[in-house]
Amino acid sequence: MLDIGMDLAYLVAAVLFVLGIKGLTRPKTAVRGNLLSATGMLVAVVVTLIDKNIVSFDMIIGGAVLGGIIGFVVAKKVQMTAMPQLVAVLNGFGGGASLGVAAASYLQSLGGAGFAPGALGVITVITIALTVVIGSVTLTGSLVAFAKLQEIIPGQPIGFPGMTGFNGLLLIGSLALTVMLAVEPSNTLYFWAAISLAAILGLTLVLPIGGADMPVVIALLNSYSGIAAAFAGFVMGNTVLIVSGSLVGASGLILTNIMCVAMNRSLPNVLFGRMGAVSEGAGAGDEIYEGKITSASPEEVGMLLETAQKVIIVPGFGMALSQAQHAVRELADAIERNGGEVLYAIHPVAGRMPGHMNVLLAEAEVPYEKLIEMERINPQFDDCDVAIVLGANDVTNPSAREEKGSPIYGMPILNVDKARTVVVIKRSLSAGFAGLPNPLFALDNTLMVFGDGKKAVVDITTSLENG
Amino acid sequence: MEILLMQVSLFVLALLLGVELITKVPPTLHTPLMSGTNAISGISVVGAILAAGNTDGGELARWMGFVAVTFASINVVGGYMVTNRMLAMFKRKN
Repeated sequence: MLDIGMDLAYLVAAVLFVLGIKGLTRPKTAVRGNLLSATGMLVAVVVTLIDKNIVSFDMIIGGAVLGGIIGFVVAKKVQMTAMPQLVAVLNGFGGGASLGVAAASYLQSLGGAGFAPGALGVITVITIALTVVIGSVTLTGSLVAFAKLQEIIPGQPIGFPGMTGFNGLLLIGSLALTVMLAVEPSNTLYFWAAISLAAILGLTLVLPIGGADMPVVIALLNSYSGIAAAFAGFVMGNTVLIVSGSLVGASGLILTNIMCVAMNRSLPNVLFGRMGAVSEGAGAGDEIYEGKITSASPEEVGMLLETAQKVIIVPGFGMALSQAQHAVRELADAIERNGGEVLYAIHPVAGRMPGHMNVLLAEAEVPYEKLIEMERINPQFDDCDVAIVLGANDVTNPSAREEKGSPIYGMPILNVDKARTVVVIKRSLSAGFAGLPNPLFALDNTLMVFGDGKKAVVDITTSLENG
Repeated sequence: MEILLMQVSLFVLALLLGVELITKVPPTLHTPLMSGTNAISGISVVGAILAAGNTDGGELARWMGFVAVTFASINVVGGYMVTNRMLAMFKRKN
């Protein structure tokens, strides 16, 4: 009876997770959705604690208190600009937890009743081995992603020739060890060797990927952490783990795909491509810009904005780095007081992870209705009086639309150049991540405001309000 | 074997459900979605609790369980709290 009750409680937990994610489909219901999901977690934990197989609580309480305190402090302290790092490291812990569960389960089977004879035992061993392999790759890969984002290690690709082949060997090696362990389950050497190879694989998979591609990597590792949890569910024969692991796995895969489409790259290209022709077009910048750059002072832009009916702000991560979100919102407020309309154009890769820019602007109390995604904002540039580009570069580069030979040709961009006047606030004419010159800067309808982003925005606001 | 088949079915169906649900999440909420799924993947705390509370595998297995409980608890507590913090920012003013 107790077992049935437990299974039903796990079902309740799984349903609450599904309803929780459903809540996330609308900003209005999202907070409630998150609470539903957390309630599901509480149900699952409480039910597990009354399991009759638990004979000692010291490790459970110790781990829960330690992990709970760390989680609490981190969630309270983390800066919104550092969310990608946090999600990266949480992906890793998710993989690490599944790794720990499967490893403990393996050792307990060895120390207890052993593995079932025949096919069932073989399947159990293979499932355990696959769980530790995925968990291990997720753990070390996520730590590298974290270190790159936190700039503990450089963001540039790190690697050596033949690295993809080396990774292939590591993958084959860990899968071969999985098979060998299935043949001889009691050989713990195979088991630890599989974990070690997978741990190295996690490192060497992520090290050669550049900092600009980290949004894809985080989304992919998010998916891995879910798959690892689902596999741990197969190991433990636990349905709630299988269901919630799959949900997370699906979520990560979808986000990975969205990011790849937004960068016009295939997943293999991101993982193994290592942007070859980066420096190629860099020298051509002078030629494109020569004599065609019109620069303007913040005061001139302020005057321009006085008569503007519709203004679209195009933020990039540079805006967040110079902590200019609040200044930008104040500028928007000033334009609105002046009778103009302000919208924000959000490119999918505007931040450092999916949806990051929205969070950064929401923190500055920009209403989410004004944050418009690329497909919906692009037609609106046609009747836009002034587009203000701040900290964004490659995602506004018209070469992606017009120049067939450009390395970024085909990448979806924001059609900023269609606006009546484009104001680009930037320190210099330097290139963005793609290393390419941006013909947008040389257009007749583009005004360049050179200088620190935050200061320029504040000066424009002052001049608009006093003008 | 039948149980395994049932589990695999569950895995596939849950994946499909996940795809259906998550394609409906607007880009505005993708960051909270990721931290929220971090929290959900902390469900491995269930397996971790069972592993840490079982003495069959000796000390090493229990320490593995301890590590798993710690990692999963960080995900659960940190994931839900930070998601809530972000979502509250979206709710404000609206």
